[in-house]
Amino acid sequence: MTMLKEGRPTAPVAVADAHMAPATVTGNRALMLEEALIFEIGSTDTTGVDFAPAPKVASRLAGLERRAIGLPGLSEQETVRHYTRLSRQNYAIDLGLFPLGSCTMKHNPRLNEKVARMPGFADLHPLAPQSTVQGALAVIHELAEWLVTLTGMHSVAMSPKAGAHGELCGLLAIRAALEARGDARSVVLVPESAHGTNPATAAFCGYKVEDIPATPEGRVDLAALTARLGPDVAAVMITNPNTCGLFERDLKTISDAVHAAGAFVYCDGANFNAIVGRVRPGDLGVDAMHINLHKTFSTPHGGGGPGSGPVVLSEALAPYAPLPFVEKQGDTFVLIEEESAQDHHAGTFGRMVAFHGQMGMFTRALAYIMSHGADGLRQVAEDAVLNANYILRSLDDVLDAPFGGSGPCMHEALFSDKGLAEGFTTLDIAKGLIDEGFHPMTMYFPLVVHGAMLVEPTETESKAALDQFIMALRSLAQRAKAGDEALKGAPYHAPRRRLDETLAARKPVLTWEAPMLAQAAE
Amino acid sequence: MRYLPLTDTDRQAMLSVIGAASIDDLFVDVPAEARLSAKIAGLPDHASELAVERHMSKLARQNLSAGEAPFFLGAGAYNHHVPASVDHLIQRGEFLTAYTPYQPEIAQGTLQVLFEFQTQVARLLGCDVANASMYDGSTACWEAIGMARRITKRSKAILSSGLHPHYVSVANTMAKFTGDQLVHDAPTLSADTDIEALIAGIDKDTSCVVVQYPDILGRIADLTPLAEAAHAAGALLVAVVTEPVALGALVPPGEMGADIVVGEGQSIGVGLQFGGPYLGLFACKQKYVRQMPGRLCGETVDAAGKRGFVLTLSTREQHIRREKATSNICTNSGLCALAFSIHMTLLGEKGLRELAALNHGLAVQAADRLAQVPGVTLLNDSFFNEFTLVLTKDAREVVRSLADKGVLAGVSLGRLFPQHTSVGNGLVVAVTETVTAEDIETLAQALEEELA
Repeated sequence: MTMLKEGRPTAPVAVADAHMAPATVTGNRALMLEEALIFEIGSTDTTGVDFAPAPKVASRLAGLERRAIGLPGLSEQETVRHYTRLSRQNYAIDLGLFPLGSCTMKHNPRLNEKVARMPGFADLHPLAPQSTVQGALAVIHELAEWLVTLTGMHSVAMSPKAGAHGELCGLLAIRAALEARGDARSVVLVPESAHGTNPATAAFCGYKVEDIPATPEGRVDLAALTARLGPDVAAVMITNPNTCGLFERDLKTISDAVHAAGAFVYCDGANFNAIVGRVRPGDLGVDAMHINLHKTFSTPHGGGGPGSGPVVLSEALAPYAPLPFVEKQGDTFVLIEEESAQDHHAGTFGRMVAFHGQMGMFTRALAYIMSHGADGLRQVAEDAVLNANYILRSLDDVLDAPFGGSGPCMHEALFSDKGLAEGFTTLDIAKGLIDEGFHPMTMYFPLVVHGAMLVEPTETESKAALDQFIMALRSLAQRAKAGDEALKGAPYHAPRRRLDETLAARKPVLTWEAPMLAQAAE
Repeated sequence: MRYLPLTDTDRQAMLSVIGAASIDDLFVDVPAEARLSAKIAGLPDHASELAVERHMSKLARQNLSAGEAPFFLGAGAYNHHVPASVDHLIQRGEFLTAYTPYQPEIAQGTLQVLFEFQTQVARLLGCDVANASMYDGSTACWEAIGMARRITKRSKAILSSGLHPHYVSVANTMAKFTGDQLVHDAPTLSADTDIEALIAGIDKDTSCVVVQYPDILGRIADLTPLAEAAHAAGALLVAVVTEPVALGALVPPGEMGADIVVGEGQSIGVGLQFGGPYLGLFACKQKYVRQMPGRLCGETVDAAGKRGFVLTLSTREQHIRREKATSNICTNSGLCALAFSIHMTLLGEKGLRELAALNHGLAVQAADRLAQVPGVTLLNDSFFNEFTLVLTKDAREVVRSLADKGVLAGVSLGRLFPQHTSVGNGLVVAVTETVTAEDIETLAQALEEELA
């Protein structure tokens, strides 16, 4: 036997057509790995866990023993691989700029994950005796004090589970306050530019929803709103800064008028990130506002949740706050529940959730808030607004900025599809951004702007990241204006091309069925 | 400040592109009287990672966590072991730091997980379809009552006395504003569930009957007669499961005729977390899918013909339908659904059955041992991993006293039903795979001392 001395090639070889990538037999493309469903790769007799043997006992299950379930299992290694592969088909804030307007996709510090997982927080039962959870109640109390101080409000209800649930909390408090004074009112006014959750929440509480128009410069029409106020109006729901990315200059005037008419002001706080540390909603006459801890205070969005939506309340609404809540009595933290509330919180409208809200989000949010402090949170708002204006002014020569003329924006820059070539849409630009390595902006919202593109960069983006994003969006705007047909096929480089949403809705397939069964059903 | 990448040089350069002299120029739309000229007083400045961690550790140490004591609390939240790989996988940034999958081409990871989750939940609960999650079991329960109202066009819901009292409270809160009429009796300390009374209460105005399985006292009853009675009157059966591990051993409500099955998914993959975030499970019969609240993920194909997944049937949802939506829910419990799904995949049917058998076996052993303690009576004839003991004194005092001795004995019915003193001597005890024989003996001896 002889040693071969030739070695391996160390430089790429020229191929006749370098663009022709042959299809692979697996469907995989190097690091881009296709992954089947667990129902296709697992089996009901495979498991990735070991248990001690169960004690042999006579069953006490009332004779209701279960037959087949149909749940496939995987070994631990296969499980880790399945979900790791799937994870790589997701875009994420950890990968790059995620400028979804009104969603505030900012960096999620990992300290917060570490803190939330401390056994002293993660392994606590919600009904554990209060003497054993004093530190947890202290977390809720500390976070509550921050939120109240930052907003200049009277108190805060911590239990709502997400933004829309917070809206519900605020409107229920308003309704309870009105009923307490024997004042039945039936209408809630909502600006046209509001998030869909606002009218949905008002309707859920039994109110009739009426739209308030926007002015040509993108703000609530003060005259139309005040003209509509009357004895039937329970509340006005206003987003500030609004979904056009603008500060509602007249909010204090609106609040005064609303209060004079005997109604309340609900503020959608989804965009609080733009003003934290620079403006206190309490100074603007707001009666209730939810704070999305998963936006302004950076608890991770997790692919759709969980959120957390504490609601700050004015003095007028505080007596009606939901149960339970935490009070400090001397050196002890007390969880006020149904029984203890009877003494001094008789006005409460009741309970909104089984336990006390999103503790796992409270620990994360408190760690985030303490990390920033009063100085850092103010800087958060300033940098968020600076980044958004930088994008607005770097692109308003190639994209239509419908409200660009009315001054600076707040935390998000709004563009429309005006000026794109015939047949080209906001969707094409969004899908083009995917190929450029960015998550698209919020598209087709707010509804008051045609083909809206709402860009919220947040404060945690560097100038270099913004410059690259601006370059990409500029190029796409130019291609859409020039009528570059290739754009209509984008994305080309994502794990999937454009998906057929019409088909999905027309013939909904919402669970997996074995192919034989699925065919038989047709 | 470690999370803020802009330098002062960057800020100046960007201001000049914008054409603003200072950052204050960007806040000109804020009325002068509301503009804060300096940072808010009375709050500390930013802190180092070490300082924050130290503060939070200090607060965490003031709590007695489940792993530090013999632990028997349940009543809607259960202490189960979560495999290490679950928590590792949900912390992958591509899952943790993604948004709701509005752009499906770059969210297939989340979407495929949701499709798998929906299928797992539907099969576990014995239903045709499940949604992509709700906030928690209590809000899912209320949403089910609202859905039954929309389907039947009736507004009287009959709630079982065995339904978790917090779930009843949530429904009561909402019903005050929606005009639903809720019928509910207080529970009694009986070995029998209230199925017969529920059947007797159904009439032509009834939209649904809501029953928990196993119920708040741990009792188990066949739901088939109740489903038949409800259907005969044109009403729906809504079943609530707060301990999904039970369905590794028990016939699921969907197979007994329940039209809507909701649940708290916390037991599988999520952890206790002092009450949240949790995971609302929501499943129903195929024919009601368009009345469902929440997000749904469905299968489709892409432009190249490859299988893919998208959010679908969104004409039910608030961002399309606004005030006509089936619910106002937007953000749900996506990451908890992921944790549930991973844990369920690790378990598989085999592991889930083993886990359920282990829970039940230990619970039977515990119930029999505790029933020997003088002053303790076992209420239940049937149970899964949770049962009710009737003590000779107020169980709240016993729970507090045992907590001072480092034993977390269970949840007293006095805590759950403060307005019903007749059940005050009841103690709900949960026994999961995390409980050891020594823990059971410790509890038995502590109870014996306390009741002597």
